[in-house]
Amino acid sequence: MLRTERLSAGYGMFQALFDVSFHVAPGEVVALIGANGAGKSTLLRAIVGSVPAARDSVTLDGTPVGGCSEIERLHMGIALVPEGRRLFPSLTVEENLLLAAGNGRPGPWTVARLFRELPALDGLRRRPATALSGGQQQLVALCRALASNPHYVLCDEVSLGLSPVAVDAVYGLLAKVRNEGVAMVLVEQNVRRALGASHRYYCLQKGRIVLEGASREADYGRVATAYFGV
Amino acid sequence: MQAMIETLLNGLMLGALYALFGLGLSLSLGVMRMINIAHGDLIVVGAYFTSVAMELTGLGALTSLVIVLPLMFALGWLAQITLFNRVVDRGPLPPLLLTFGLSIVLQNVLREIFTADTRSLHAGDLARRGFEVGGVSIGVLPLVSAIAAIVLLGATHWLIGHTQLGRQARAVSDDPSTARLVGVDDRRFFAIVTGFIFATIGVAAVLYAIRTPFSPSAGPERLLYSFETVVLGGLGNIWGTLLGGLIIGVAQLFGAKLSSGLGPFFGHLVFLVALLARPQGLFGRGA
Ligand SMILES: Nc1ncnc2c1ncn2[C@@H]1O[C@H](COP(=O)(O)OP(=O)(O)O)[C@@H](O)[C@H]1O
Ligand SMILES: [Mg+2]
Repeated sequence: MLRTERLSAGYGMFQALFDVSFHVAPGEVVALIGANGAGKSTLLRAIVGSVPAARDSVTLDGTPVGGCSEIERLHMGIALVPEGRRLFPSLTVEENLLLAAGNGRPGPWTVARLFRELPALDGLRRRPATALSGGQQQLVALCRALASNPHYVLCDEVSLGLSPVAVDAVYGLLAKVRNEGVAMVLVEQNVRRALGASHRYYCLQKGRIVLEGASREADYGRVATAYFGV
Repeated sequence: MQAMIETLLNGLMLGALYALFGLGLSLSLGVMRMINIAHGDLIVVGAYFTSVAMELTGLGALTSLVIVLPLMFALGWLAQITLFNRVVDRGPLPPLLLTFGLSIVLQNVLREIFTADTRSLHAGDLARRGFEVGGVSIGVLPLVSAIAAIVLLGATHWLIGHTQLGRQARAVSDDPSTARLVGVDDRRFFAIVTGFIFATIGVAAVLYAIRTPFSPSAGPERLLYSFETVVLGGLGNIWGTLLGGLIIGVAQLFGAKLSSGLGPFFGHLVFLVALLARPQGLFGRGA
């Protein structure tokens, strides 16, 4: 179980999250919904350690990990697919994956298997990663996180700006990942898609959780209200 | 004509050595975005280490590298952990100030221990040996140095292009915060890089000190040659650095032929002219 307990975090003097209590169980898919600037990315960054948090405010299977480095948390099985993909332009597609695989944990998601699952990328493996289309880059970014063999994958806006076909490809890969029992957090602009792909959801507004529940029973009206903060 | 070819060859061989000077500077700029002002002084430190190692063990100049290389690596690793990591991500100025201070400290410590006298490393018999090709005489030692320098540059190029270490270097250089997300421990990695850089400085130091005498105050001049080499070639390109070194080396020796003592001046002149024509360096990406 990956959990935040009354988590507060921010950037210098600016506080972006207030007492956020959030959890994902092993194998579970959780959607994180909220307007721009609500703090979704900040929450994911605090969970992986890019943004500092109090030691006890992030726990993994009951162990406080809020004080651990990003590298240590990666080795515990928490990986982030960052907003905007952030592939390394000096590395080829294959090298982006090899880098993550070499620094991560051993497990089922080998680089060879990732290319087998995504034949479209296989032919592009020697291209500079940022020379690909947006959808292909997003797949690479996801594969890069998977290559470290995480138990929990945190996906930040993985469908933003993609064509409908590319979005389907990304969600196709996410479905495979979920079927292998990897837990996921999905930050997603498209509320309907987010609720459709998740077991539970949280709505974040101005750094606070204002609504949560089972995705299947979600009342779209209430979610929209929480989303837009009206 | 023979004399001209000889000067050209000697200039090229000297230039390969300058490229080796530049390699460390280029790596620290490329991977860590920091400029080490003490780079030249470290080349001098490497020469003194070798001098002492030769006295203590009786080893030759080149064979004493088995002691000097691990020592330089350890020193680089330590310098990164204790000093450079404190300033590495704070913009361009703090690393400059820190390493400028380090440069002054190193020069003074060297003067305190070894006095201001000039020293040189004796390579013995090897230094005098040479051979002739078509009336052009070539020294064995300059040739060996040049080959060693080019091999080291090539090996580094290969390392960056084909190994996990190289991938980490390029990733950190592209985007340090995302590199941490994929498990690159940048501080620890920088220590390895700086250890490697110091080891290349060790090799350059020995090869250069065999042919050129050194003193505690010789560092800044060596820094200048290294810097010109890297900037001339275009930042972040190892083969550009080699070309830059070759050009400076050739310019210096032809300059010295025109008027002895003007060699370095001609190197600077060519550097300036080339930079005016191509501010991004010869191999640099468009400005
Ligand atoms: N690097 C940063 N430095 C300072 N403030 C930031 C930074 N990143 C985000 N913020 C601020 O933190 C708040 C939450 O941002 P973010 O977590 O990116 O929101 P979301 O991902 O939900 O759009 C916003 O007010 C944003 O302006
Ligand atoms: Mg965001």
